[in-house]
Amino acid sequence: MEKTINEINEKIKEGNVSVATAKEIKEIIAEIGVKKAVKEVDVVTTGTFGAMCSSGVFLNFGHSDPPIRMRRVWLNDVEAYKGIAAVDAYLGVTQLSETRENYGGGHVIEELVKGKEVELRAIGYGTDCYPRKEIETEISLEDINQAIMVNPRNAYQRYRAATNSSDRVLRTYMGTLLPNYGNITFAGCGEISPLNNDPLYRTIGVGTRIFLCGAKGYVIGEGTQHSPPFGTLMVSGNLKEMKPDFMKACYFPGYGASLFVGIGIPIPILDEEIASFTAVRNSEIETEIIDFGVARRNRPVVKKVSYAELLSGKVEIKGQEVRVSSLSSFYMAEKIMKELKKMIEKGDFFLTEPVDSIPRSRVLKPMRQKVMFVRKVMRGAIVLKEDVSLEEAAKVMIEKSINHIPIVDDEGKLVGIITSWDIAKAVAIGYKGKINGIMTKKVVTANPDEPIELAASKMEKHDISALPVVDVNLKVLGIVTSEDLSKLLAR
Amino acid sequence: MRLLLKYDSKTVKRPLLSSAALKTGALINILRAFVESRKGEILIEVPDEKAKEVEDFLISEGVSVLELKRGVTVDENCVHCGLCISVCPTEAINFDEERKILVFEERCIHCEICVKVCPVSALKLPEV
Repeated sequence: MEKTINEINEKIKEGNVSVATAKEIKEIIAEIGVKKAVKEVDVVTTGTFGAMCSSGVFLNFGHSDPPIRMRRVWLNDVEAYKGIAAVDAYLGVTQLSETRENYGGGHVIEELVKGKEVELRAIGYGTDCYPRKEIETEISLEDINQAIMVNPRNAYQRYRAATNSSDRVLRTYMGTLLPNYGNITFAGCGEISPLNNDPLYRTIGVGTRIFLCGAKGYVIGEGTQHSPPFGTLMVSGNLKEMKPDFMKACYFPGYGASLFVGIGIPIPILDEEIASFTAVRNSEIETEIIDFGVARRNRPVVKKVSYAELLSGKVEIKGQEVRVSSLSSFYMAEKIMKELKKMIEKGDFFLTEPVDSIPRSRVLKPMRQKVMFVRKVMRGAIVLKEDVSLEEAAKVMIEKSINHIPIVDDEGKLVGIITSWDIAKAVAIGYKGKINGIMTKKVVTANPDEPIELAASKMEKHDISALPVVDVNLKVLGIVTSEDLSKLLAR
Repeated sequence: MRLLLKYDSKTVKRPLLSSAALKTGALINILRAFVESRKGEILIEVPDEKAKEVEDFLISEGVSVLELKRGVTVDENCVHCGLCISVCPTEAINFDEERKILVFEERCIHCEICVKVCPVSALKLPEV
């Protein structure tokens, strides 16, 4: 059996459309099968509710008298982008307030939607056509001409989960990650999330009408970083029609501000293929847990997991049971699915045919970057064995004019480091023994294939000025010093 | 019952919890402890029937004792994401069947980790 979107819209008009939420459809299909489900169900409503940092609002404030061409504008001291026309601006949710703590663009947007007034402050160039140079006033959503939410990347189909192998607490956009694999956090709503129920993007495409924070919005196209099955959507909707119940400003300690965005997308059940996709279960949706303890773009994968495992609340890592937290609200996502279902049943929401489709495959490219690796800047290290005398080490430092000597064992394996400072200190306290008595044994090292930024941040963090460069077996390959790095900057 | 004990520079040096256990026979469980040379704060759990005895003894030895009745609470700002769940050391926070946040106040040890983690400032600890 096949249906068209027009036929479904006709049913919505007549008030006899059959709608199931993405949660309900799984039970229905399990019970009566795909074939019957196509007959019984016309629309499946999907939902997601999570912090979506790539979100914001285009605002038009109207013209003042005398008029101003705003060069910069702030709302409650949160700056909005002003590289567009005179009184247009784009306020992004992650932009931070210049005066208020734990407050950002998402909070300003939430206050506007709640009907509150916000302070507007702007400065202008003072041109012949726009003579005014500054303005301060208060505005509410009612006072401004347009407030259009345009979110470049929302509704991630699935997302990588996070954990932390390092020995310190990490504060990230994935929440607080406790040391030594202390917890796992994940984002996305799994089997009820829109794109997982239409993985070939047959019905969700350019122009699809959606539920966006309580208003009717639209899919504009693929979102930024769209990379199936990690698909994303760019969406838009009228902020003036949005409801505070379906959005929430947030602040992640140590990371910054964002906005919880609520999205619901109806999927018309046109044929068996579409119906069968909506039967997808959390156990079939896979993702990876990655280690945020490694400060690189390609963070190592700790484990592959399904959303069912993540949702169980506990996942085993290296023999230990680790507790899992979600960043998305499944309660809110379900509330959105039910709300959208009600709107469709009441005849308040009609479905749309996509104007164009969004790509089914896309490769995510890293930034083209002038990366300089440690290998390029390191120099040969002069090393000494641990049983040499203080005088001998001092002599080598003066002869070679160096300040750091890695100390190695008979196999050339790093066992310590000695600096000119260590020697000065030893002389001051009248130390007479071998260098192994004064060397630093816990050595911070670099790897030849790490970017120099990482080496620099290690030196800064540990307040040291050189790192022996070692291979996986701790064999000393060279040394990189802060002087070498500062010379690069001076070029 | 959970009791929050505050020690000053004198009491912090003495093995008062051991004395309390020996004297009253109460099985005392330490939930959280912060001890330095001049002061200390220890949260203990004692069986209800022995609580009065333990409390009286510690007070007589100069320790200030507060009963912790309430734990962390969640307000209307909560969006029920669950970020707080995995950071709680005593598993005092979980979801109910609707996947809304549910706090078991009696398990809360006032460590404040969840309060600091919450992205919408929905968790509050009562004043003690």
